[in-house]
Amino acid sequence: MSSHVTPTEKPGWGFSIGTVSLLVGAVALGALVIAANAADPMMAAHAWLFFFLTVGGLLVTGLWAGARNGRNPFDPAFYEDTIVKFGVAASMFWGIAGFLVGLIIALQLSFPGLFYFPELGWTNFGRLRPLHTSAVIFAFGGNVLIATSFYVVQRTCRTRLAGGMWPWFVFWGYNLFIVIAGTGYLLGVTQSKEYAEPEWYADLWLTIVWVAYLLVFLGTLWKRKEPHIYVANWFYLSFIVTIAMLHIVNNLSIPVTLTGSKSYQLFGGVQDALTQWWYGHNAVGFFLTTGFLAIMYYFIPKKVNRPVYSYRLSIVHFWSLIFIYIWAGPHHLHYTALPQWAQTLGMVFSIMLWMPSWGGMINGVMTLSGAWDKLRTDPVVRMMIVALAFYGMSTFEGPLMSVRAVNSLSHYTEWGIAHVHSGSMGWVGFISFGALYCLTPWLWKRKALFSTALVEWHFWLATLGILFYIVAMYVAGITEGFMWRAYNEFGFLEYSFIETVKAKHIMYIIRVTGGALYLIGALIMAYNLVRTALGHGEARDAEAVPAQGPAQSPALQPAE
Amino acid sequence: MTDHKLEIDEVSGVETTGHTWDGIQELNNPLPRWWLYIFYASIVWAIVYMVFMPAIPALPGTGMTNTLGIRGHSDRALVAEDITQLNAQRAEGSAKLLTASLSEIETDMNLQQFALAMGESAFGDNCATCHGAGGRGAKGYPMLADDVWLWDGTLGGIETTLRHGIRHYEDPDTRNNAMPAFGRDGLLTSKEIDNLVQFVLVKSGREGDAAAAGRAAPIFAQQCTSCHGADAKGNRTLGAPNLTDQDWLFGGEPRDIQQTIYNARNAHMPAWQGRLDDATIKALAVYVHSLGGGEK
Repeated sequence: MSSHVTPTEKPGWGFSIGTVSLLVGAVALGALVIAANAADPMMAAHAWLFFFLTVGGLLVTGLWAGARNGRNPFDPAFYEDTIVKFGVAASMFWGIAGFLVGLIIALQLSFPGLFYFPELGWTNFGRLRPLHTSAVIFAFGGNVLIATSFYVVQRTCRTRLAGGMWPWFVFWGYNLFIVIAGTGYLLGVTQSKEYAEPEWYADLWLTIVWVAYLLVFLGTLWKRKEPHIYVANWFYLSFIVTIAMLHIVNNLSIPVTLTGSKSYQLFGGVQDALTQWWYGHNAVGFFLTTGFLAIMYYFIPKKVNRPVYSYRLSIVHFWSLIFIYIWAGPHHLHYTALPQWAQTLGMVFSIMLWMPSWGGMINGVMTLSGAWDKLRTDPVVRMMIVALAFYGMSTFEGPLMSVRAVNSLSHYTEWGIAHVHSGSMGWVGFISFGALYCLTPWLWKRKALFSTALVEWHFWLATLGILFYIVAMYVAGITEGFMWRAYNEFGFLEYSFIETVKAKHIMYIIRVTGGALYLIGALIMAYNLVRTALGHGEARDAEAVPAQGPAQSPALQPAE
Repeated sequence: MTDHKLEIDEVSGVETTGHTWDGIQELNNPLPRWWLYIFYASIVWAIVYMVFMPAIPALPGTGMTNTLGIRGHSDRALVAEDITQLNAQRAEGSAKLLTASLSEIETDMNLQQFALAMGESAFGDNCATCHGAGGRGAKGYPMLADDVWLWDGTLGGIETTLRHGIRHYEDPDTRNNAMPAFGRDGLLTSKEIDNLVQFVLVKSGREGDAAAAGRAAPIFAQQCTSCHGADAKGNRTLGAPNLTDQDWLFGGEPRDIQQTIYNARNAHMPAWQGRLDDATIKALAVYVHSLGGGEK
């Protein structure tokens, strides 16, 4: 440890605490003013929530900073790992919450008579569905991305996170956004844009948080002790930058009043639809693809202890992926009022996207060359490689579904749900589980996971769950797709809509089974991670840190 | 740092790029050929597709919206063509159906099948929401598959109901009646209503308090007979239901009957004239008529 650096020679560590507190304090004041003048009860609820949580945050910060006794809590000689620990816990919590809500709405669709509670309006499918999608994508996925990016950028730049207190602001600010968004859905606050439901004030808050995230990440890259920027960091950076752009443009709206929760979109009609699907498609591209490819690029080579397969492939597929992805959104609007040329654009760029997407899969899977035996012996590695298999499957299926002829059958059916879930449960879920299984023993300095057998259980239950889920939804989707377009000999529709719904009932029940298996797997994982962190079972003997665990400290090599 | 110092990976024999991040190295493998060639092929395909299909937006002032492609593809034209074809396929049957009488439809097998196909299709998407699949009804929504009719069960009568709706006040010809809300509007006391409930129960042949029913008889004669008739058998001209049978639109339990008398029900059905074309309305009438209870 760099003992020559004494706290007094590093003045200004309190500066970031001061600036964060100032910002949070200003927001607390603003929230108080809005709470006192709220135009509607939803806004009042949210303003009070903002007020109490920000004031609570300030109090905790003050108590914590006071207890430092002048010692620098952001000592550059050490990595900032506590925040990553919080991120791992938050990811696990939100993941289970999101999977649970998914299971509930799957049950609502299967047994609408049993799981319908008219006296509890907030349990309606329309409220819970965005709660599920946002919980799994933004709460679970987002926390995984923030936690892993903070971990990876420090290790691969060999420096502590930039910004002192600001990374903490990013973490807690982001989770405050999640709470506001989630409670908003239940209260009925929505701007009715898929995956962008939160209203203007939540969007503004997220913008502040996200800019702070970008600056923290850039600042850390800026002060890196490595000559080059590792590929995982390009992917993280593309994710952070593009999400900022998408978020701001798609949420351009004018509040009815600054003290009310309702706002109106800047765009209308087909322009709004195009903006929304430019956003929606690239949320998949830059949140769920590039962000998690970044995870793949660090955790797979690290865990199997092999070099990345091809540096050149990583460059070519990175640039082609981010250039081509951004144009493909219009394929969500085939056969609509969108001008035909724009539909063509969306389709051809989706086809060209196939190989750039697969580049990441090839690079990940081929990194295992020379270590294939790990597929058999290490369920965590297997989980991450199966994630890549699902990634390859859904990134082949995506271009396929963008072809107009295929889309005319698949669009609006459960096929879309199958596609999304093979990507989200298979790719995003499994690569995240893999990263969390790696991070927990590394962060808590444990020899191994509490139980490898439990990882095996998780792996097989979740894999089976995904297969149940997607096979059921493929069958349901193709069935209803064909039923919708069936004409009888007299030229009339063969089936009424309700008949096409009834036809899916058994498939819906199988889907529930798949979702339940996946949730059980996640619960097993949470148990395993908690016992690992506590140092139980195989995780005992913290002293014998294995070679594959990254060095925890110091961040700086003595030579520098 | 190990920058620019070439190293060979022992397992694969491939050289690395010479960089190390937290122990991670990168091999200098070339792009997989198959990957590269499929990528090229997809780009070539994209260009070819754009030549054939509407693709590139035109500059303002050129008078064009976009390049049309040598295939001259247009979704609008294709949809218009599909609709024309479908209309042509249905034209003969629709024309025949419009003027056909019930007996003509029942004797012309082809026409009957056409009408039922058309009616079933329209029923599933417009009527089944309330009346249930196959017209089996629900509380508050009449069953259409039995022979109990509030207004009219003939083909023409059903068509009139479809065209003008029930209590659809925007349509002057709508079927209309209004039972008073005897309790809510203070026309009868709660006690009187309770007695009436017993009276209706007894009339319908169910167990009831005979003494209470007796006390209600003069009230019934005074307040209800004008519509429901002295024998309580209802009046289809007025749309007044028969109270002596076991068919209950809003439920036949004492509590249901009490609610009906207290608040009145007066449910609505929309008028479909103007929303559906004449042939579809006729086909719906034929379909509903065929469900089991159609009258001559």
